[in-house]
Amino acid sequence: MAGVASKGGEVRSDTYRDSRTWLLLPAWLTLVVLVLVPVSLMLVYSFLTKEFRGGVVWEFSLAAYDQFFCDRGLFGDEPCSIEWNYITIFWRSIWQAGLATLFCLIVSFPTAYFIATRPQSTRVIWLFLITIPYWVNLLIRTVSMRFMLREEGPVNNVLVWIGIIDDPLQMINTSFAVQIGLFYSYLPFMVLPIYAAVERYNFTLSEAAADLYATKYVTLRRVIIPSIQPGIIAGCILVFVPSLGAFLAPDLLGGAKNFMIGSLIEEQFKGNAGNWPFGAAASMILLSMVMIILTLYARQQSKALGAGS
Amino acid sequence: MPNKPAIIVKDAVKRYGDFVALKKINLSIQDNEFFTLLGPSGCGKTTLLRMIAGFEDVTEGEIFLFGEEIDKLPPHKRPVNTVFQNYALFPHMNVRENVSFGLEMLGQSKSDAMRCAEEMLELVRLSQFASRKPAQLSGGQQQRVALARALAPQPKVLLLDEPLSALDLKLRKAMQLELKHLQRETGITFIFVTHDQEEALTMSDRIAVMSDGEIQQLGEARDIYERPRNTFVADFIGDTNLLAVKVESISGSMVQCLLKGGQRLKIAVNDKIKIGDSLHVSIRPERLFVSDVDDSRGTLRGTVKDNIFIGTDINSLLILDSGDEFRVRASNSDRGNKRIYAPGKQVFVTVEEGAARLLVD
Amino acid sequence: MGSRKYNIRAYPGFIHLTVLCLLILYLPLAIVAVYSFNNSPSIVVWEGFSWRWYLDVFIGLESAKFKLAAKNSFIIAIIAATVATVIATFSATAMIRGGRFRLRTVSFGLISLPLMVPEIVTAVATLIFFNSIGFERGVLSILLAHIAFCIPFSYLPIAARMQGIEDTYEEAAQDLYATKRQAFTKILLPLMMPGIISGFLLAFIISLDDFIITNFVKGAGVETLPTAIFGAVKQGIKPNIMAISTMLLAFSIVMVTLSYLISKSDDKT
Repeated sequence: MAGVASKGGEVRSDTYRDSRTWLLLPAWLTLVVLVLVPVSLMLVYSFLTKEFRGGVVWEFSLAAYDQFFCDRGLFGDEPCSIEWNYITIFWRSIWQAGLATLFCLIVSFPTAYFIATRPQSTRVIWLFLITIPYWVNLLIRTVSMRFMLREEGPVNNVLVWIGIIDDPLQMINTSFAVQIGLFYSYLPFMVLPIYAAVERYNFTLSEAAADLYATKYVTLRRVIIPSIQPGIIAGCILVFVPSLGAFLAPDLLGGAKNFMIGSLIEEQFKGNAGNWPFGAAASMILLSMVMIILTLYARQQSKALGAGS
Repeated sequence: MPNKPAIIVKDAVKRYGDFVALKKINLSIQDNEFFTLLGPSGCGKTTLLRMIAGFEDVTEGEIFLFGEEIDKLPPHKRPVNTVFQNYALFPHMNVRENVSFGLEMLGQSKSDAMRCAEEMLELVRLSQFASRKPAQLSGGQQQRVALARALAPQPKVLLLDEPLSALDLKLRKAMQLELKHLQRETGITFIFVTHDQEEALTMSDRIAVMSDGEIQQLGEARDIYERPRNTFVADFIGDTNLLAVKVESISGSMVQCLLKGGQRLKIAVNDKIKIGDSLHVSIRPERLFVSDVDDSRGTLRGTVKDNIFIGTDINSLLILDSGDEFRVRASNSDRGNKRIYAPGKQVFVTVEEGAARLLVD
Repeated sequence: MGSRKYNIRAYPGFIHLTVLCLLILYLPLAIVAVYSFNNSPSIVVWEGFSWRWYLDVFIGLESAKFKLAAKNSFIIAIIAATVATVIATFSATAMIRGGRFRLRTVSFGLISLPLMVPEIVTAVATLIFFNSIGFERGVLSILLAHIAFCIPFSYLPIAARMQGIEDTYEEAAQDLYATKRQAFTKILLPLMMPGIISGFLLAFIISLDDFIITNFVKGAGVETLPTAIFGAVKQGIKPNIMAISTMLLAFSIVMVTLSYLISKSDDKT
């Protein structure tokens, strides 16, 4: 997502300039009709009046956003004071996604560094091992994590057996489980961009630092990490953004107390609440947050590019 | 019509936006000729070649192939073929398939094309590699496959875009001779692009020296080396000493020139000049003699700064009294005739008759 | 002491974290795979090796439901991946070999839109779209949503591959009397093939795995494998779910190994 946000690849030639309109037409048609128009329609829906059994009445209304931000008391007739319910859910999502990103970073950096410093022949195998889980169904991975963490599950069994704990811990339906789930879901997204950055890193710089009396850890902090920072940032975005809107991990591992944005939105369309305009408004708010993050990232990237060369 | 030129380039201009890559090029290349476009990178030589091949359109002007205008034709309709700088051998096809590709595209049956490809491979002595993929060949072999592939459709003109630049020195020398030989054998007009002046001098019938999108001089190899028309050509081709001079007097075909330090040189006139003009004189280092005796025959005085041994020759670096640096080359074989003097020694330099050449710009 | 060379690149402990990382990635999957062979209706105790749950998937009570879901999943994935790959191949040709043009950046923005918009937002938007135009929700609506969602996944490896192909190849082809169309089919397409195959496989897996979008746009009663598994898991993890998961897991590993081998065999030539 972020690593490719450059320009869709370099122009290699203009051999097919005459037919490029026709060649791009199918993609334009598909994506405009099936993504751009729907997202615009969603924006429109967020300003419509809800119908009680799902769907909308075509009447302009700010009710969805009002419900999100304003607390108007039990009967809905008081003046607006800040409604914390949904802001808390959003804040919890940011917090969970942030922690998951941090865990990913802590584990991924040494992993990516280790792999990138292997000899060419074994490097491919390590990398292959890291990428396989990315290809495994996310639902299955989340389910297997749920299987691991449940009360009579393997993790508890091992912990009891070793004697660290006497009774099984309640791990499922905690925010910890959600963080582990998100961490597990998006770990490869962190490893790969950092790996790519370390692979491009020029190790003569480490030698130069050592030559100038830097210890290994000073070198790591002052030379290596700053050099591969773009990879680290890309990895953080690749983990944070999908974590923010994640549905499976909070739903299967977090339970009702650890509601995140994804579940809130899903509930409006699939669940009993059935408030489409509110769901559309929540989606718009999530989308705006992601777009702000991506725009900031793109701006920082182009600035770094301008300063770097 | 046997004497119809193979290629005529008429007032060809190439612009990329505001940038002018080629300024009104006029060129006529004879049939059977080994013609070289020589110049530093960015001089426009490759652009000109690509315009003939059809990969770049001509902004203004025309290109004719045996009298037929081709500049509007797409590349696949031009009966010229190219040997690319990096060979551009199709990596997913074997050598035989690569060589027969053009013939198949021209509508020949697969079997005819294959048979012809085998013949071409024999010509470049690669028959035993016909079933290999390009990546399994050495650089020199790949180069010969590229040559066979471009020659197989029997083009009217063969275009070669720095084809030898990726080879090492020894292989390059061998390929130079082979190319020259191949050109004689096939009788096809070769247009060869290079930035290597030695390569150009070795192979070409005629050379066009280019810089800044213009042809600086066009002529036979020896002509260009011995009678450069301007300072760019004199400097780019071979090694030379360029001295700034002022015209003092003209008598008949000889000019008396004044050097910076007050010394004088007598040089044959070869251009329109008048008294008082500031010009350059070019003198090749191998056509100078050094001695410690002043025989007062138009000699220049200077001091030896250094002697550098470069194998076949010894280069002596002198500082003339005018302050100019001056290089003199003595062949290692005639050390007996040409003496080498120790640094610091004051010496006199004699210019071989006809070796000094006045250059207007 | 002294005989060991000072390695400037190595940091102690990094290898342990790498192993930990792989352990975290694989342990849950491995344990589910092991328990899928448990000869017990309970998921708590191990009662010996058995194929019974695999048998149960194919002939058990719920087998019809899962078979239909699997059929839907594979049909959708094959069609969606094929269409997305064709669209992506065309787009990559225009983007990488169509020169610079004004709408190029916009075009790329559009192509990568499904990657930037959170999946749940795409799901909501697509549901709203189908609802507002009165499009009946079912296999077709899932298929259309998947095609759009798969395009960028297919595009990236194809464009990357195409970028690596030098432009002199198609020039050489044209120089040797091939038309642009022939240069495309005879030279560019074969050279792009490894990228096209990875693009297809990636799109295929993405479509096969998708839960969120499918869950939103599927009609009542229409299930794909992930929605069927999700529905079943909501009732509690049963051994037959673990058997299905293990089969899907094995399938994914076979696919990724396949694509790895294809890219590797290509490096050799």
